[in-house]
Amino acid sequence: MNYIRLDTLDLAIAALLLLAVGGLSLALQLRIGRSLAIAALRCGLQLFLVGLVLTKLFELASPWWTALAALAMILFAGREVMARQERGFARLWAYGIGTSALLMASTLVTLFALTTQVQPEPWYDPRYALPLLGMILGNTMTGIALGLQRLTEGARQQRAAIEALLCLGETRHAAMLPVTRQALTTALMPIINSLAATGLVSLPGMMTGQILAGVEPLQAVKYQLLIMFLIAGGTTLGAVAAVFTGLYRLTDARARLRLDRLAGE
Amino acid sequence: MLSVDRLSRPGLEPASFELGGGRCMALSGPSGAGKTLLLRALADLDPAEGEIRLEGKARAQMSGPEWRRRVGYLPAEPGWWSEHLEEHFLDWPTVAAQLERLSLTPAVAERPVSRLSTGERQRLGLLRALERAPRVLLLDEPTAQLDEEATAAVEALVREKMENGLALLWVTHDRHQAARVASRHFRIEAGHLRPLTDDEIARQAR
Repeated sequence: MNYIRLDTLDLAIAALLLLAVGGLSLALQLRIGRSLAIAALRCGLQLFLVGLVLTKLFELASPWWTALAALAMILFAGREVMARQERGFARLWAYGIGTSALLMASTLVTLFALTTQVQPEPWYDPRYALPLLGMILGNTMTGIALGLQRLTEGARQQRAAIEALLCLGETRHAAMLPVTRQALTTALMPIINSLAATGLVSLPGMMTGQILAGVEPLQAVKYQLLIMFLIAGGTTLGAVAAVFTGLYRLTDARARLRLDRLAGE
Repeated sequence: MLSVDRLSRPGLEPASFELGGGRCMALSGPSGAGKTLLLRALADLDPAEGEIRLEGKARAQMSGPEWRRRVGYLPAEPGWWSEHLEEHFLDWPTVAAQLERLSLTPAVAERPVSRLSTGERQRLGLLRALERAPRVLLLDEPTAQLDEEATAAVEALVREKMENGLALLWVTHDRHQAARVASRHFRIEAGHLRPLTDDEIARQAR
């Protein structure tokens, strides 16, 4: 493919912009210089390491090493879901619910894409499997984190309304329906928004990357659409699984609302 | 009708009593003594130990929703899940015909629920609970925000339902009201439920 290779000097020139931001911070006493420097170093180090790991994984092209890397990504994403819960489920529960929903949704959708649409040879080729998984995982993670947070927050805020429904003999599903609906709407809002705004407001990063790498725009567009649809599917699947598991944890077999199972109660 | 055997939970010592059909039991006690804890445990909204039977059938043999359809609970401030009042009722036109009886204007249906007064919401919550025709109804100070006329209207409506067999547990701080509506009086203090002695009732009635 015909693309322009970057060398270290090119990066160093671009990094001058960061130095300029640092200088501005000093001049205006914004006090962001320190956190900016740390963030920039982390970014450089993490991406460099990922580059090394990916190079190694592509060389190995082993199903086992690829699966291990995928699992590590999913576990990190589950941790992120847990970290984003404020006064939600207790940490281990948040981690368990988030990770299992992520595992189910992202694996299913990635396998679906690899075996029926992208079809690399072999199907587990890490060069395709890992970037696909990464993009699906990142978005599904956000959806699950938002959905769980809205679910627990909504159950707290609307406790009187939920219990009024329970008192009249409604089932836990019926009583939690308004909150469940809000949670799923919140979880799916980012992907719905990005589906609607793509191309008008933003040029998606992956598509831009492919174009820079020499892919024809229409091919890049097709790839982008494929990814967006996969993300929409993965986010929906993951959010529905997580929110319904959360609903079962927030209520018990006798259809009581169990806010005492949340952290900080 | 309702038979409660050593019902307990944190904050509530084992409580036992029987409540017959068509009867009303008044319950009083300082705030924080456990009145709401007892009512919520009876309605199966919170986990509790002990056995409860309704018409001979153990609670454990029914699902939570089945139990709550028979044993209704009206909290001091009932919750509302929609701003449209009609959506809370199974058959609004029939309920609307009863509004004036409880000194409510039919105009309540035109306002969002959040703009109704506490007293209006209490009476509407009562109508909502009665519409489902429970066998037992647990009332937590249902007339606390009402004037004399509306209180009398609520008592008359509930008494009518009692004649049809409804059993009531009525939390009230008003000893005159307790004397009017209830045949038995209980008191709860620091989580301990006990019947009022005849002396205490006589002293209250004075």
